[in-house]
Amino acid sequence: MPSVLSGPAIEIAGLRKSYRSKSGEQQVLNGVDLTVPAGTVTALLGPNGAGKTTTVGVLSTLLRADAGTVRVAGHDVAREPDAVRASIGVTGQITAVDELLTGTENLRLMAELNHLGRADGRRRTAELLDQFGLAEAAGKPVATYSGGMKRKLDLAMTLVGSPSVVFLDEPTTGLDPRSRRTLWDEVRALVTGGTTILLTTQYLEEADQLADSVAVLNGGRIVAEGTPAELKAVHDAGSLDDVFLALTEPPTEAELDAADARTTDKETVR
Amino acid sequence: MTAVATSAPVTARPRPVADVWTMLRRSLLRAVRYPGLTIFLVAGPLVMLLLFVYVFGGAFGAGVAPGVTPGAEGRAAYLDYITPTLLIITVVGGATSVATSAAMDAAGGIMARFKTMAISPGSVLSGQVLGFVVQALAALVLVLGAAYAMGYRPDAGGLDWLALLGLFVLLGLALNWLCVAMGLNARSVETASNAPMILLLLPFLGSGFVPVDTMPTAVRWFAEYQPFTPIIETARGLLAGGAGLEGAVAAQAFGWCVVLGVAGYAWARSLYRREHRI
Repeated sequence: MPSVLSGPAIEIAGLRKSYRSKSGEQQVLNGVDLTVPAGTVTALLGPNGAGKTTTVGVLSTLLRADAGTVRVAGHDVAREPDAVRASIGVTGQITAVDELLTGTENLRLMAELNHLGRADGRRRTAELLDQFGLAEAAGKPVATYSGGMKRKLDLAMTLVGSPSVVFLDEPTTGLDPRSRRTLWDEVRALVTGGTTILLTTQYLEEADQLADSVAVLNGGRIVAEGTPAELKAVHDAGSLDDVFLALTEPPTEAELDAADARTTDKETVR
Repeated sequence: MTAVATSAPVTARPRPVADVWTMLRRSLLRAVRYPGLTIFLVAGPLVMLLLFVYVFGGAFGAGVAPGVTPGAEGRAAYLDYITPTLLIITVVGGATSVATSAAMDAAGGIMARFKTMAISPGSVLSGQVLGFVVQALAALVLVLGAAYAMGYRPDAGGLDWLALLGLFVLLGLALNWLCVAMGLNARSVETASNAPMILLLLPFLGSGFVPVDTMPTAVRWFAEYQPFTPIIETARGLLAGGAGLEGAVAAQAFGWCVVLGVAGYAWARSLYRREHRI
């Protein structure tokens, strides 16, 4: 069953993306270049509104790039979106679970949509419930789960199809320290199994703990890239916090407003 | 860089039939878990049935059927007149619920999840549309049962019932596709059922509750040409055993369902394929 992903898992070259809204056109990604080797964890860091979620949106086929080439698992996201979708798993910022169904039913839904077959689907569901410590709550409606449990189920659903590339957009935001550590353990286990992970985070400790490589996104460009140790050494900083502060400008009022409007406003995107 | 062993993607080719079936079962499972919505589908028409028959029926009945005296005879005549209308309204009510349901999927992360999976793109919305057609059919049986308990005795024969089933399924599909699009087009879950509410008003501005020839010219003109008048007249004719049902009216009803359904499907499809809002 294992196939070999040779070459980089993610290749982004000259990616540009802008949004059109009532307040005018706003360039979010301004020529992003990034390569993520297979079987590694790369953390995408950046201030609010830097374009982290937009980058993940393009990589996961939800958004279309204005310019540039983007390849995921060897497939072009614009030309072969279905091949990309068959290779990826996405855990977005909004928890993507069906609250009316139980944990088991949510996972079985994913198994069916991944065309796993009945026996395989049941086996995979039981495996993931166990792995994420959800076996006890498996038969209860998700609406009764805590935030941390929902997030764990969310990630488990992402993994049902055994994707080779996984995107995690701020996966631990809002989680308590214990749930956060559980998720970190899961991420480490995935990478040991050969999965490639791109995660965005605002927690620099998270990047420090998990990432083989860190890319800092600011003003729509990657402004620094390297291992956490390299970045600290180059910037003569004690922590990634200091690196982050050195590399990113505080956003202006206007930028914050625009980022805010993007998330709350309905808009015309190209 | 080392080549890394990973699990193979299961399949890159969407399987529409399997995916639609999966999504339909999800929709029905949600209905079972949250019966409030289905109960609402029955409760609305039921309240209207009781109100219109037992409060207004005595007086209105004399107005819809010639030679009927007000009172008990009027109520019976009015029950005959509006039961078909309330069955149509039941189908419309199901459609307003599908708008809310689609908006909930879009607002939560689950629709984005579906869009990043290698599944048939049409299956996500088709599952909702078909699921609510099934719910509307269940609600229709209950509303019809209530009317029967109140004394309603339709004259429809086997073929008439079959034609009615076809009409309700076709109307359900058409309105559900239209309302799925309205739900996706809404800015929030709260406003998702606003646009479909207009559809609930239309039976009132047609031959649903009173004959159109009692209306002033401008209203009558609208009533005669809007889609719900031929649809209600067709249901009424079939329930009466085909008596007084003109072929042209039935053809108009069929035509309207096809037009509304195709337009709704095309609109929903384009909204779904639109770049995802992040």
